[in-house]
Amino acid sequence: MLLKITFTQQRRVRLAQGLWLMSWLAVMSGAFIFCLGVYLKTELLRRAEVMDNTEIHMVPNILMMVGLVSIGTNWVATRVCQDSLDASRFPRWKLLLMAWFAVAMLLCCLLLAVVVLSYALQGRLEESLKVGLRNGIRFYKDTDVPGRCFQKETIDRLQMEFRCCGNNNFKDWFEVQWVSNRYLDFTSKDVKDRIRSNVDGRYLLDGVPFSCCNPASPRPCLQYHLTDNSAHYSYDYQAEELNLYSRGCRQALTDYYMEMMNSTGPGVLSVILIQMSVLVSLRYLQTAVEGATALEDPEGESVGYLLEKGVKETFEDVKANVLDILKFAQVDPSAAEGSPGAEDAEKPADNTTEKRWEGGGCVSAFFCFGCVSWVVASRAPFGF
Amino acid sequence: MALLPVKFDLKKRVKLAQTVWFMYWFAVLAGVLVLSMGLFFKIELRKRSELMDNNESHFLPNLLILMGLIACSINVFGGKVCYDSLDPDKFAKWKPMLKTYLVFCVGFNALLLVTAVLCFLMRIPMQFTLAEGLRNGMRYYKDTDTPGRCYMKRTLDLMQIEFRCCGNDNYRDWFEIQWVSNRYLDFSSKEVKDRIGSNVDGQYLMDGVPFSCCNPSSPRPCIQAQMTNNTAHYSYDHYTEDLNVWKRGCRDALLSYYGGMMNTIGALVILVTMLEASVTVGMQYVHSSLCNLANPEDPESESEGWLLEKTVKETFTDIMDKMKSMGKGIKVEEGDPAVETVS
Repeated sequence: MLLKITFTQQRRVRLAQGLWLMSWLAVMSGAFIFCLGVYLKTELLRRAEVMDNTEIHMVPNILMMVGLVSIGTNWVATRVCQDSLDASRFPRWKLLLMAWFAVAMLLCCLLLAVVVLSYALQGRLEESLKVGLRNGIRFYKDTDVPGRCFQKETIDRLQMEFRCCGNNNFKDWFEVQWVSNRYLDFTSKDVKDRIRSNVDGRYLLDGVPFSCCNPASPRPCLQYHLTDNSAHYSYDYQAEELNLYSRGCRQALTDYYMEMMNSTGPGVLSVILIQMSVLVSLRYLQTAVEGATALEDPEGESVGYLLEKGVKETFEDVKANVLDILKFAQVDPSAAEGSPGAEDAEKPADNTTEKRWEGGGCVSAFFCFGCVSWVVASRAPFGF
Repeated sequence: MALLPVKFDLKKRVKLAQTVWFMYWFAVLAGVLVLSMGLFFKIELRKRSELMDNNESHFLPNLLILMGLIACSINVFGGKVCYDSLDPDKFAKWKPMLKTYLVFCVGFNALLLVTAVLCFLMRIPMQFTLAEGLRNGMRYYKDTDTPGRCYMKRTLDLMQIEFRCCGNDNYRDWFEIQWVSNRYLDFSSKEVKDRIGSNVDGQYLMDGVPFSCCNPSSPRPCIQAQMTNNTAHYSYDHYTEDLNVWKRGCRDALLSYYGGMMNTIGALVILVTMLEASVTVGMQYVHSSLCNLANPEDPESESEGWLLEKTVKETFTDIMDKMKSMGKGIKVEEGDPAVETVS
């Protein structure tokens, strides 16, 4: 037996009561996780226009799903607690409990995966923002093209709110034509010169939109002829720091979202802790109550444990059960033809149904954990 | 003949006391709400005190805070009295204070109503404060090197961006002041000399606005300089150009922001006044029903509760008589030595 503890009747009652309270606490932490997921998703959707793909949405999606499942699971735990001290009502929960343990383990693994993912997906988020912002800057001038007519307003508001300019820095605006042809006088010499100065025939200028202007600058904002020191009085392009925002919008947005996800880290870790303690306590309660009902005196002492045998032996058992299940599944179609053979095969199956549930639960938990790790590993950037 | 008498037996009295106790707890929360609204309003005024020339009146938020504190304390006291009213021994120690307490409550409710009315009326002095403050603010926009005013530019820019407004009444206010500091003007250039020579005060006036007036919803990149000159920009007519800069003046924008806040606070204070009035009425019934037991020795007997012992008219004449007798009493005291000397 792994980590066994003796329980008197009073201790069992105390455990059930404490676990009932903790399960309700776990229900509320599940609701908290759900709300956290909703909040993150809303924030990501608000800036969906400057993001190219939605891979980062995996984090809030998993959080929302885990939150909902955790509310249901822990509510079931409260019901089990209430029935645990009633010998007539407890046995009906027997089979469900195995599945419950599997689901609870899975939830903990998923929450851990979320914490890991929120760091691992930073690279993908930056990529997505890079492409999204590049498109936004390219389509800034297309205020007359349906589908793109709000890009200008979106980029302007983004730059003002996050105090940033361009993709990497303000020079990104020099490489793009951000003034629409509708507002260019093609008969003027200046316009003709600029259009001829590059291969694509675009009107490029060393100027930025007004939304890049920094209000903290002591000088009224200089937007045009930024590289030309002689165009403005007492102006040195290399030394001027406060005129425009120096940060790039990709960096600003990445920092914003990373900070949001990092600040939720401690909350998620404490929820994992709560869920694990509910799981362990429920296992002890289950084994203690089952032990008590098996005794002649149900009010006497019983032993509670985490695993009936040691870790290695349980693993061997699980492996054997899994192979059994696979064999049973294979035998089943052929058993339909020969009924006496099927009856013989079913009898030993009945005795080990419970063991199969246990094994199946553990197997599914390990399988899901493996899946999640594979997902994380494939998504993470190479350097991680 | 009492006003609105109601017959009470023990069960009804208990239920009344419980209901009024419950309502008192809501009233405590309402007092906390009034307090927090006063604090919130005070903080909002402080945040933008620079734009109001540090001249704004904090009378209303201070009054709200005071009202909130008084409301909390009298409601806690009322709740305690209600809780004790079911026990005759405990209630006996509160009995003598109750009458003054109820009179005080009525006065407090009247004051709350006055506060609510003030909330709605505060808009008028605020209008003048804002107009003055914004005009001065715009004048100091260029003084980013003067200590004490060096943050005015940033404050004004951020305010125009946040409230989506430009200038005091509209964007033309910027045409009438010099908002570019002399440090950044090349006095040897002809254009600068022309502009300075064009007005009496020697100010560099231009038909342009700061960048914070620009409207991001405009389909065209923002036109800030030479706004009245149609030929300076391609395909531009400054009479029909709507979306280029914000049309609204900042005085209007700030006034509607603070006005909305004050209207909401006023409405909530009226609701709190109604709640307070109802708990005062409830307390009066509890007090009168417990004071008029049919059999004073038996706490379970029937009693009658009322709003006023006599009718409104009689109560009013009673109060007048009392005041007159108090006034006469003072006069007789002063006249006593005179009476003695005469006789």
